[in-house]
Amino acid sequence: MKLTFNIQGGDFTHAGKPSSEVKKVLKQLNVDGKTVKNIVIALYEAEVNVVAHAWKGTVSAEIDENKITIFVEDDGPGIPDIELAMQAGYSTASKQVRDMGFGAGMGLPNMKKNTDELLIESIVGKGTKVKMVNYFK
Amino acid sequence: MKLRDIATVLNAKVTCGVDKLDEEIGMGYSSDLMSDVLTLDTDNLILITGLVNLQCIRTAEMADIRAIVFVRNKKASDPMLELACENGMCILESPFSLFKSSGLLFQAGLKPIY
Repeated sequence: MKLTFNIQGGDFTHAGKPSSEVKKVLKQLNVDGKTVKNIVIALYEAEVNVVAHAWKGTVSAEIDENKITIFVEDDGPGIPDIELAMQAGYSTASKQVRDMGFGAGMGLPNMKKNTDELLIESIVGKGTKVKMVNYFK
Repeated sequence: MKLRDIATVLNAKVTCGVDKLDEEIGMGYSSDLMSDVLTLDTDNLILITGLVNLQCIRTAEMADIRAIVFVRNKKASDPMLELACENGMCILESPFSLFKSSGLLFQAGLKPIY
C-alpha cells in the first residue's frame, strides 16, 4: 500500500495531517501501538521540519507486510552540515517556528530515536530527502 | 487521578470529552515546548500547557496523549476542539498559571514523568 501527501512550507495549519492519516491506516492494520507511535512521531517531526524550513515537500509512505518505508522530500534551503543538525539542541528555526512550540533542535535526533533506519541526504539550495524505515514488531 | 478530579482541583472548564471524565490519568507533564513533549515515551499522561495552537493538539495526537489542560485562562479555538474531539481527547481550561496548576496536581498525587 502506498500513501502520498503534499506539504506546503509555512503552513502550520495543515502540518500533521499526513501523520494523522498514516496513524489511522496503521491502526486499521493492527500494527502494535508502540510501533505506530514511533512511526508517527518521526513522520510528524519530519513534516514540521518541512513546514518550518522548506518551500514545499512530499510524503510518501509504503506499507509492506513487515515494515513501513517513508520518504519525505522537500524543495528547500537544504542542510549544510547534517552531522551538526543531528546534534540535540542545534537549531536554525525562526522565531515564528519557536512560537509554535518547535525549533528546539530536537527534531532530527528524535527522528533517529523513533526509527529503525534513518537516511538523510541534502543539497544546499535545492532540498532535503529523508528515508525512514520502521519494522513492525 | 480521575480527569474529573483534575478538573475540580484546577477549577477548570471541560470544553471537549465530557464523557472521558472518569478515565484515570497517572502522570502529568508541563511544557510549552512541543519538541520536548514529542520525546516522551510515556503516554498515560495529561499535558499541562499555556501553548494554545493546532499543533499542540496534533502533538498530543501523535504522542497518544489523551488529555490536555490549557492554563492561564487560554481558550482553545474551534478547529482545535474539533480535532481534539475527533481524536477522543479531553480538553480542560484552567484560569491558574502553569506553576500553580502543576503544583496543585502534584500535591493532589499526580506523578511526574521524571
